Amino acid sequence: MQWEVVIGLEIHTQLSTQTKIFSGASTAFGAEPNTQACAVDIALPGVLPVMNKAAVEKAIRFGLAIGAKVNRKSVFARKNYFYPDLPKGYQISQFELPVVEGGEITIRVGDENKVVRLTRAHLEEDAGKSLHEDFHGMSGIDLNRAGTPLLEIVSEPDMRSAAEAVAYAKALHSLVTWIGICDGNMQEGSFRVDANVSVRPKGQAEFGTRREIKNLNSFKFLEQAIKYEANWQVEQLEDGKKIVQATVLFDPETGQTRVMRTKEDAHDYRYFPDPDLPPLVIDEAQIEQIRGELPELPAAMQARFQSVFGLPAYDAQTLTSSKALANYFEETVAAGADSKLASNWIMGEVAATLNREEKEITQSPVSSERLASLIKRIMDGTIHNKAAKDVFKVLWESDKSVDQLIDELGVRPVDSSVVEGLVDQVLAANAAMVAEFKSGKEKAFNALVGQCMKAAKGKADPAVINDLLKRKLTE
Amino acid sequence: MPSQFVALQHRCAYLQAFPVAFRPTPFCCRSSLNNELHGTLPTLRPASPFEQAMTTYTLKQAADLLASGKTSAVELASDYLARIESLNPVLNTFITVDREKTLEMAKQADARRAQGQAGVLTGVPVAHKDIFCAEGWRTTCGSKILDNFVSPYDAGVISRCKDAGLVTLGRTNMDEFAMGSSNENSAYGVVKNPWDQTAVPGGSSGGSAAVVAARLAPAATATDTGGSIRQPAAFCGVTGLKPTYGIVSRYGMVAYASSLDQGGPIAQTAEDCALMLNVMAGHDPRDSTSLERAGEDYTGALAQSLKGLRIGMPKEYFGEGLSADVQAAIEAALAEYRKLGAEIVEISLPRTQLAIPAYYVIAPAEASSNLSRFDGVRYGHRAADYQKHINEKTSALEALYEQSRAEGFGTEVKRRILTGAYVLSHGYYDAYYLKAQKVRRLLSEDFQSGFSQCDVIAAPAAPTVAWNLGEKGDDPVAMYLADIYTLGVNLAGLPGIAHPVGFGAQGRPVGLQLIGNYFSESRLLNAAHQFQQVTDWHTRQPGL
Repeated sequence: MQWEVVIGLEIHTQLSTQTKIFSGASTAFGAEPNTQACAVDIALPGVLPVMNKAAVEKAIRFGLAIGAKVNRKSVFARKNYFYPDLPKGYQISQFELPVVEGGEITIRVGDENKVVRLTRAHLEEDAGKSLHEDFHGMSGIDLNRAGTPLLEIVSEPDMRSAAEAVAYAKALHSLVTWIGICDGNMQEGSFRVDANVSVRPKGQAEFGTRREIKNLNSFKFLEQAIKYEANWQVEQLEDGKKIVQATVLFDPETGQTRVMRTKEDAHDYRYFPDPDLPPLVIDEAQIEQIRGELPELPAAMQARFQSVFGLPAYDAQTLTSSKALANYFEETVAAGADSKLASNWIMGEVAATLNREEKEITQSPVSSERLASLIKRIMDGTIHNKAAKDVFKVLWESDKSVDQLIDELGVRPVDSSVVEGLVDQVLAANAAMVAEFKSGKEKAFNALVGQCMKAAKGKADPAVINDLLKRKLTE
Repeated sequence: MPSQFVALQHRCAYLQAFPVAFRPTPFCCRSSLNNELHGTLPTLRPASPFEQAMTTYTLKQAADLLASGKTSAVELASDYLARIESLNPVLNTFITVDREKTLEMAKQADARRAQGQAGVLTGVPVAHKDIFCAEGWRTTCGSKILDNFVSPYDAGVISRCKDAGLVTLGRTNMDEFAMGSSNENSAYGVVKNPWDQTAVPGGSSGGSAAVVAARLAPAATATDTGGSIRQPAAFCGVTGLKPTYGIVSRYGMVAYASSLDQGGPIAQTAEDCALMLNVMAGHDPRDSTSLERAGEDYTGALAQSLKGLRIGMPKEYFGEGLSADVQAAIEAALAEYRKLGAEIVEISLPRTQLAIPAYYVIAPAEASSNLSRFDGVRYGHRAADYQKHINEKTSALEALYEQSRAEGFGTEVKRRILTGAYVLSHGYYDAYYLKAQKVRRLLSEDFQSGFSQCDVIAAPAAPTVAWNLGEKGDDPVAMYLADIYTLGVNLAGLPGIAHPVGFGAQGRPVGLQLIGNYFSESRLLNAAHQFQQVTDWHTRQPGL
């Protein structure tokens, strides 16, 4: 039987606000345990939550970026359960009326575009952390993270493979960092993925029973977990067993998923509207203001790179994979570089060097302006492409200007009249090779080019030499 | 599951105050089940010539006396402390008294006055309901689960009182987590009604009302979730105001039912309530339900004539269930109001009966969630031997929760947590919680249609005078039913005032409740004040 896997993702993105969603405590990562937990975060008797407006703005920005409906009125609800890292005994979340509803994201898998629909995105607070290891043989509670603002982004079950799920998660990751609502740091838990996975016989309309894989904090684990889970479910069904709805955890050590709890022992969260927080009301003016501040989004920018700069789709897509990269490209072009040359250089030499040194584009020692100076020297014929690569290598290590390096490295091509003289000399000195060429041995031509380059000490444009040789040999 | 969860560690900067907090406060007279003061009290100074007289003053008189320089804050506080020391063992009105802290505050108030920085009430002593968190003060909320909790911060109401220079006399007894109508649900023993020590003082602010009645403080802060200011004020023959929801900050007020809780004053007179409200009311950005309004001087309209005031009498409030003695006292009071120029009109609040079930669904629902934070993990009571309860069915964590909460909460609190969890449960939410919310809207509509015919609504504060201690102890529903005249006001978020209008059976006080539309506190205070200009019920004192 042919099986189809159905995947929907719930992604917790940590909103990059200075302070927590309902208190004034800092959200900075990595502080000593419990040093960033104020009275509200540790839920002293009598304390009350106050909505952080910056978190709301970021939620609106997200809604606008995915073309969703931003609800004019949304409601905070209490999700009640006991756990030591949940100081109030309830989490403030949104239940019936979330701040963002609908929207979609286009992902690219192989050569295909696919639209993934979003169900909703809602604001909520994060819990603290339970430290079960290395804590005097007991469990410790760190409430620094308690109250950190989260936007939980829920997709429709639109994905049909682990690859699609990863593409969607990556596209979402790129978008939330692009619009500046999340730092995207997966190691620090700023972007955590839960995957709802089910399988069904291909062609069947109804979904199979799903199991939810919790808390995947890398794209690699997401892919591994879904693949394992889908295979496991297929095996179960093929063995005639039934899938029981459950929440499971992925163990990166074993590469397997294991059950955390089943539906029977699922909590009754007793959701009800939080009486401490009035409904979140968002007015049209605020939405329009945020819309006005929204940066150009990746899809729009990609289209513009194709139409305005005449870049191929591949180039446009690669350059818009992150905002920093796109900015670097635009700055390079703005500083006078030809757009296709800039694209080639950025995707080529720049990307390769960054990769080798494990650096981000923002850490590139060659600024967009210096790259543009180099490209301009290619454009105005001061140096040719091969020489430019040599200059680039030194440029990466040095503070000197492009022109200074061109002079120091002596990479200016020799004058064309000089080149012609050199070619004549080479032809005269290599009569045998010329004869071989004329007798039909093509290889001799390359050897002659090599001789000319050698004579020019590498400073001549190979294309010019080619042309001259061709002309003179066929005269 | 881990073997043991520990409370936040010493590394937690914010909680550095806690090790200190867990120590018992010196000089606190706690749990007076045996009616004895605990701790060592310093030797008293000789009585001042004012001692007997001064403690009978109203808040206003005390303020005037301080302003005239005839007494000092220290003298006043000392006189009250002396009276508290002699009477608290009998009445059990305070959970915590801290002579040193009180006198220190009084000294500061005197210093402030000496510098010419005194406000209207600077140096006046008041008592605070033990529900308002106050830095350095044990704040129990009447519960064993907070027995060791000393607040590291001030509630909004407390900071406003401090800013005004008020001196704290102590922390008044109350029903545990403000759940109760008789003060019998306090983990610190019942408060006796100063008028009759066999009677309840009402609840949940029974301590605050009794303190004022017994002249142990000229005024007290209190809270009202379903009548907890108005009913004990009525039972104790004093004046109490429950403001419009959102007028007084809930920040630092231990939450019972967040959408209903509202702080307010209890004092001898309406004028004193107005002075206290001037201090207590005001926007607090730390409470999202606190209303942003221009400041109001609640004493401003006190002198206004009542000519033309239309007082509505809801026929549903004056029928079956209202005892004859209360009805008689209220009718006499209304006759007095008529003499003052008011006009009495009959109105109808047809859905009055529904307030009881609606309230006893919504309040427990919110309470069940609000009280989840008391889990023995970070502060408050933790069962000492919870590990004995670990077994194959109960993890260490569950044992910690279950034992700490089982030991820490009293019966009525447990009853409401259970009720609340039930009405919010999957499958019951619509039938109970949602329906109760609909009823709540209908009750508000009833009041609005009532206010189309009158300016204020007159009502009893309770169907009877204070009942006997222990009388309704085994019958929670009977106690719930006695809240019939006060619950609607909270459900609608309206202001209400109760003031003494005479005495009923066994010489126990009767209170009249006036209910106003939103933000009509000044009008309510004006009406009660005018009434108190021509009557003397509010000046009557129990013989103690």
